[in-house]
Amino acid sequence: MAGNEAIAEAAVEAGCRCYFGYPITPQNEIGEYMSWRLPQVGGHYLQAESEIAAIYMVFGAAGAGARVMTSSSGPGISLMQEGLSYIAAAELPCVLVNMMRGGPGLGGIQPSQSDYFQATKGGGHGDYHLLVLAPSTAQEAVSLTMLAFDLADKYRNPVMILGDGNIGQMMEPVAFKPAEKHFSANKDWCITGAKDRPRNIVKSLYLDPVVLEKRNLKIAQKMAAAVKNEVRIESYMVDDADVVIAAYGTVARIAKTAIQILREKGVKVGLLRPISLHPFPYQAFSQIADKSEDILVIEMSLGQMIEDVRLAVCGKSQVHFYGRVGGMVPSFEEIIDEVEKVVRRSK
Amino acid sequence: MEMETVFERPKTLLPVATHYCPGCGHGIIHRLIAEVIDEFAIREKTVIVAPVGCAVLLYNYFDLDAYEAAHGRAPAIATGCKRVHPELVVFTYQGDGDLAAIGTAEAVHVAARGEKITTIFVNNAVYGMTGGQMAPTTLLGQKTTTTVTGRNAEQAGFPIQVSEMIATLTGAAYVARVSVSNPRNVIQAKKAIRKAFDTQMKGLGYSLVEVLSQCPTNWHMTPVESTKWVDEKMTQYYPLGEFKVPKE
Repeated sequence: MAGNEAIAEAAVEAGCRCYFGYPITPQNEIGEYMSWRLPQVGGHYLQAESEIAAIYMVFGAAGAGARVMTSSSGPGISLMQEGLSYIAAAELPCVLVNMMRGGPGLGGIQPSQSDYFQATKGGGHGDYHLLVLAPSTAQEAVSLTMLAFDLADKYRNPVMILGDGNIGQMMEPVAFKPAEKHFSANKDWCITGAKDRPRNIVKSLYLDPVVLEKRNLKIAQKMAAAVKNEVRIESYMVDDADVVIAAYGTVARIAKTAIQILREKGVKVGLLRPISLHPFPYQAFSQIADKSEDILVIEMSLGQMIEDVRLAVCGKSQVHFYGRVGGMVPSFEEIIDEVEKVVRRSK
Repeated sequence: MEMETVFERPKTLLPVATHYCPGCGHGIIHRLIAEVIDEFAIREKTVIVAPVGCAVLLYNYFDLDAYEAAHGRAPAIATGCKRVHPELVVFTYQGDGDLAAIGTAEAVHVAARGEKITTIFVNNAVYGMTGGQMAPTTLLGQKTTTTVTGRNAEQAGFPIQVSEMIATLTGAAYVARVSVSNPRNVIQAKKAIRKAFDTQMKGLGYSLVEVLSQCPTNWHMTPVESTKWVDEKMTQYYPLGEFKVPKE
């Protein structure tokens, strides 16, 4: 199954019953899959007139209590930023997928990781964050998509699956485990008609600064809880590593191949792979910096996640960088070369 | 002496004062909608989507479940809600900047899809909340804070006739333009709002009622002068009437 289709099916398994989206490469398979799959389970697929409309349809459906998702790629995700700010402000749960392509502007349609800043630092106006999960296999895309719906409900916040064109297009075998019990949220705040209860209002306007500050602090408090509870990271061969690669998604997969070859050559290299990009696993990087002298950040960007790695490492280790952009994917040979350069430099 | 109640606040309206300026049309339009909701006895299943503009706070006045939308996005939010809860009666309340400028795409496509929602479109030919700038519906020659010598087509283009435009779309089932400038027109306006809600409840498609409304504050007129301006000037470019009625 292609990663995109795996994500779509995982969403359905997680109880997603509404999808609103606008076609954009390289994630069209998600919408296409949903267009025939959702009606089979009594759900709704709707192709919106724009990503702007799509994200507000998500707002409407999330406010009405449904498990809802949308998906897009960089240019479309940029259009959705206004809506994401409103969704976060109104504390609505929803899931969105960004299959990143090369930017900026219209850019290209090949894989990229250049939307890391936008995904993890807010993206739209105001003080808020998305929760961001980055799969590196189709199987992990399945489990993280299911998790995303639970996290969205738990924190009443939008959750983003941040993949890249490669994750979306790659064909891999996947298994859909029978859904364990989903997080069941009390949605007594949602819009169902004011019958036998006071009216519910889904909104983000608070003209009184005292009240608005409280709203902001409440949202920040939820994020603080997520930072405490929802950090996810994979450590691969780091225990004795002299050089630790920091990479996520597609790049982390390629790095593993490079690590296996380097280990055969006797180079002690490992990988820290953030699975949650927000909250970022600062602690894991801080701890590794106590042991390893060199951290090599590899991204399909000109250096975005590296800022979080530097923050975590706080000068304790040397932080090196290798990046490819514009849809260029680093090969394992390039990664081997970069690790060997770092090893030579530290000798 | 026991007195008979012959006129009272609709149950759908909350017993609060509004923030609208003296002579503003919003209060009348709110009341007409609330009366229609009461008459259909649908308060408990009706959802309002508020715009950005003077009516942004209308969820404070209606005793209904409510969304407050981003500028221009009310039809998309209404769509998301209606798809989840097709049994609800969902309506958007939008001004001319909201619907005919920033939200034109959403306004056209909600009608094209024949989404079973209702839009109350309040056209007062000016941006009210931001202080009287030109609207997409500002008449040629009309003075605003951004067309200080009057709207000039060469520079600022032509006003949009929303009802005529939406009526061309197959998915739009009921489209009417009314005004609240005098008692006769108010009664006509209520009839149109009633038909629009009825169209939605019968599942016939999208319905829109454009209400020409007075804005004495930003028109720099007295309330009486402004109702006269609606009747004499606005209705020339924005003729009243039904542009589309459902085939039942």
